[in-house]
Amino acid sequence: MTTTENQANPIGFGRMLRKEDARFLRGKGNYVDDLNLPGMLHGAVLRSPYAHARIKSIDISAAQAHPKVKAVITGEILETLNLAWIPSLSHDVVAVLATDKVRFQGQEVAFVVAEDRYSARDALELIEVDYEVLPPVVDAKKALDKDAPVIRDDIAGKVDNFIFDWESGDKAATDEVFANAAIVVNQDMLYPRVHPAPMETCGAVAYMDPIDQKLTIYSTTQAPHAHRTLYALVAGLPEHKLRVVSPDIGGGFGNKVGIYPGYVLAIVGSILTKRPVKWMEDRSENLMSTSFARDYHMKGSIAASADGKILGLRVDVLADHGAFNNTAQPTKFPAGFFHVFTGSYDLMAAHCSVRGVYTNKAPGGVAYACSFRVTEAVYLVERMVDRLAQELKMDPAELRMKNLLRPEQFPYTSPTGWEYDSGEYPRALRLAMDIAGYEELRKEQAQKRAKGELMGIGISFFTETVGAGPKRHMDILGLGMADGCEVRVHPTGKAVVRLSVQSQGQGHETTFAQIVSEVTGIPPEDIDVVHGDTDNTPFGLGTYGSRSTPVSGAAAAIAARRVVDKARIVASAMLECAPEDLEWEKGRFNIKGDKSVGKTMAEIALGAHGTVELPEGVEGHLNAECVYDPPNLTYPFGAYICVVDVDPATAKVSVRRFIAVDDCGPRINPMIVEGQVHGGLADGVGMALMEVIAFDEDGNNLGASFMDYLIPTSLECPSWETGATVTPSPHHPLGLKGVGESATVGSPPAVVNAVIDALAPYGVKHADMPLTPAQVWQAMQGAPYRTDLAIQ
Amino acid sequence: MQVPAPVEYERALSVDDAIERLTRLGPEARLVAGGHSLLPMMKLRLARPECLIDINGLADLSFIRRDGNVLRIGAMTRHSELLASQVISEVAKIIPDAEAVIADPIVRNRGTVGGSMCQADPAEDLSAVFAALDAMVEIRGPRGTRVVSVNGFHTGPYSTVVEPDEILTEVSFVTQKNLGSAYEKVERRVGDWAIAAAGAVIALQDGKIQRVGIGLAAVGAPDFRASRAEAYLLGKDATPDLFDEAARMASAECNPNSDQRGPSAYKRHLVEVLTRRALDGALSNSKGKAN
Ligand SMILES: Cc1cc2nc3c(=O)[nH]c(=O)nc-3n(C[C@H](O)[C@H](O)[C@H](O)COP(=O)(O)OP(=O)(O)OC[C@H]3O[C@@H](n4cnc5c(N)ncnc54)[C@H](O)[C@@H]3O)c2cc1C
Repeated sequence: MTTTENQANPIGFGRMLRKEDARFLRGKGNYVDDLNLPGMLHGAVLRSPYAHARIKSIDISAAQAHPKVKAVITGEILETLNLAWIPSLSHDVVAVLATDKVRFQGQEVAFVVAEDRYSARDALELIEVDYEVLPPVVDAKKALDKDAPVIRDDIAGKVDNFIFDWESGDKAATDEVFANAAIVVNQDMLYPRVHPAPMETCGAVAYMDPIDQKLTIYSTTQAPHAHRTLYALVAGLPEHKLRVVSPDIGGGFGNKVGIYPGYVLAIVGSILTKRPVKWMEDRSENLMSTSFARDYHMKGSIAASADGKILGLRVDVLADHGAFNNTAQPTKFPAGFFHVFTGSYDLMAAHCSVRGVYTNKAPGGVAYACSFRVTEAVYLVERMVDRLAQELKMDPAELRMKNLLRPEQFPYTSPTGWEYDSGEYPRALRLAMDIAGYEELRKEQAQKRAKGELMGIGISFFTETVGAGPKRHMDILGLGMADGCEVRVHPTGKAVVRLSVQSQGQGHETTFAQIVSEVTGIPPEDIDVVHGDTDNTPFGLGTYGSRSTPVSGAAAAIAARRVVDKARIVASAMLECAPEDLEWEKGRFNIKGDKSVGKTMAEIALGAHGTVELPEGVEGHLNAECVYDPPNLTYPFGAYICVVDVDPATAKVSVRRFIAVDDCGPRINPMIVEGQVHGGLADGVGMALMEVIAFDEDGNNLGASFMDYLIPTSLECPSWETGATVTPSPHHPLGLKGVGESATVGSPPAVVNAVIDALAPYGVKHADMPLTPAQVWQAMQGAPYRTDLAIQ
Repeated sequence: MQVPAPVEYERALSVDDAIERLTRLGPEARLVAGGHSLLPMMKLRLARPECLIDINGLADLSFIRRDGNVLRIGAMTRHSELLASQVISEVAKIIPDAEAVIADPIVRNRGTVGGSMCQADPAEDLSAVFAALDAMVEIRGPRGTRVVSVNGFHTGPYSTVVEPDEILTEVSFVTQKNLGSAYEKVERRVGDWAIAAAGAVIALQDGKIQRVGIGLAAVGAPDFRASRAEAYLLGKDATPDLFDEAARMASAECNPNSDQRGPSAYKRHLVEVLTRRALDGALSNSKGKAN
């Protein structure tokens, strides 16, 4: 789309430039690190150089003697405040500062507060820690070996590294389907550990006002309200004396859902020094210690009839959760929504089992366009379907067409109990194939193969599962996943909408104004969006798992409808007619049948705040609230096609084309949707081809800087070709489904399928991501390596 | 933000002044050129010089000059200047070939020839380029000026013959009319260091190979070059079979490590592929000049 097409001024939905870009493009955003409060001190974290070691002693005396140091905090000191350990998001505990042992490289050991950032960092070197190095658990597959070192000996009676077993689906029925199937294909695969790597790292400025005892925490959080409540519960601080502010956030991708030790340390530092304390991690700290994503070792099996009807799917997962179980999942689902792994296909039975283990790696687990593990699920099923196509010698597009759920099957209940709201899958796949020129591409591929050239075409069809979620099923630490919204129309007809969700760059200041505009007819530029400050917004669980539009977007639409309902009453009072005699025309109420007599929203707003006599029981002003508990999740979907070329001599992959057809229901702002898709596709190319955090045998993190942890640039990305179909959600007030993570979820298998397809002449069946030149070459030699370990 | 340890900063006014400061401040002082290798190491506190002597003001070290049949490049010449130079691309295509894949535009705008050579990273592309070109390096210090060959310039990873009180001032090489050259690199992603890279320089006389250089980066080749393959090629007819064999020899004589860029076997394989491609590229570049 050209820039001019995006420069529209819609009332409601449509392309328009982002309101927030005025400040972002001028470098006038206000991020946590931009804050400088009077008298502010700076913190720095001392981190463990070892993956697993006992702390014998810590000597902080030299650091304390540094002339600019104001406080040095250790785990021992936190213990006296009962804050050395805090609850994790998954019924475990997390060390704020290590007391007994360090359990991953980069773990927090001590915190220095000093007058400036440089002195704080210098003083870290004055702290002497005496470590007794212990053997680490690096390979998740060996975590449950009899002789494996026990990582979590802080848990009473713990004698192994087991966390949980969990399963979903009907095992007996699945076994039966497999026993009777003509074809069964098995494939092991790893979705390796990756990192969200947002442009802005994590940080906080905390200030406990010593006079009124009010604690304000400016932090890089995707969930300010949830954080406030957790601080209140964990630290015993009164919630009305707590304010969490999430200013402009430079990317989240799930990385900023959790509460990190650094936030707690900034708070403790401020309480001890009675001054504001800033803590801002550097790039390596972010990559080494904050929430990673994936790390699922999966054993998949797919069963089908000889003519390619998929019958059953089975998967066993070994989930590497790192040193603490701190994944951000709804309480009931320790593997998130992984059990939506049957994907977009109509099959008879399915079963999955997931076993979580501890290793000496950073904790976390769902970050990076998490979709609560739908990413892993889609990868599994889309790779398995391609493996099946390979065994059947059937075109993967044809195999998918044959097995996709049909429109008349919706709402569809999956074998593991998910209720897909709506979908028109074959239409989306056909559109993607048409944009790609699929049949022509296959011809070109055949010609190239005859010449020894390697070209691959990969397809992925994904169903996303977003908008968590119905309170009866979903909570995080007991907090229901419902979100509030307030819409207030000012006397002159301008409005403010207050949200519980928080943008990290998605464009909420524009799209939520457009949602309210769509319902009320007030132009988006006349609607201010307020978010990210617990003192100024209603409660809710925040932005992750693509939940803002499905949950808060619904809350905003309903609140706006309530405003319009009230506007009708006010207008009827102003026009001295019955409310039913009025007709709504976006932005005004007219007398039925006579457009010349009516009142605009601005006139109505002034009336509502003025002296118009309102009917008995109707209060003045024009505002409304809503708390939205979604009746179900929403299920966006899409069809992706990737075309790659592989240099047969160097094994280097280049992505030639990428076609992405997304169906996220109606598009609030198509430009923003395309931006979200573009970003997610780049993520997908990154994960498929270069991103990974591996560990060497000593547990050293091998992806701890941007020289080692590669993220894609524009040069690895083709010019994205996007398309759209629109299948509204039947249960969302505006039919919206959400799109934040679709492309991240859907694209990695398309790229991998394309590369494996290119390598077919070499008999390659699978190789784990990332498909770096070395890994592709190894695959061509018949020996792809494990990407989670150091390359030998 | 990664913050370096405390450090003093001074600015050199001339080459002699830089040498005087280095001498006065001792081995804990370091020159800073583009800073794209030194500053990242300081931020990670892997390097902690007590004082930086900034040589960015030394305009007389920034030049690309033809001097008879010798091409001279000043130590403070930036990567981006090499990439943009018409003279360089005419004389030695291997240089723009390599420069186009060194780091990214931000690094290339600041990083210098002298800094690259003195950083002596085992994957430094310019080290392989200058090895292939049989370049000479001019070094000045309190004991005078010396000119040394790139052979023997590197004394190990991250170490060279340049003493702590010396400054590299110039890199030069002999040009000739029909000199063809090319550079080939495989990286995991644009802007990354090489998994392996090979450069070749070739000139024919009466159909026979009269001059040849093969530079290798990131694969543990002594002096960044494949000297046995070079010796094998010299004086022979430039045939595809000959190049195949030379590429195999280069692959056998280097000594790559396994790391996250790839296993050593793959790197060795790449050396063969890239040496072969570089030789082909150099030959066709040379033939283009002869016509
Ligand atoms: C992200 C990134 C990617 C990169 N990728 C590549 C790549 O793919 N290939 C590649 O070859 N390089 C790469 N580099 C390195 C880049 O080319 C550097 O600029 C170069 O290595 C150093 O040049 P500099 O001028 O910045 O040196 P500086 O960092 O200023 O100095 C480096 C060292 O040389 C010394 N020094 C500098 N000048 C002199 C002199 N005249 N005499 C004596 N000593 C001197 C300094 O004291 C210091 O020890 C990359 C760098 C970065 C940051």
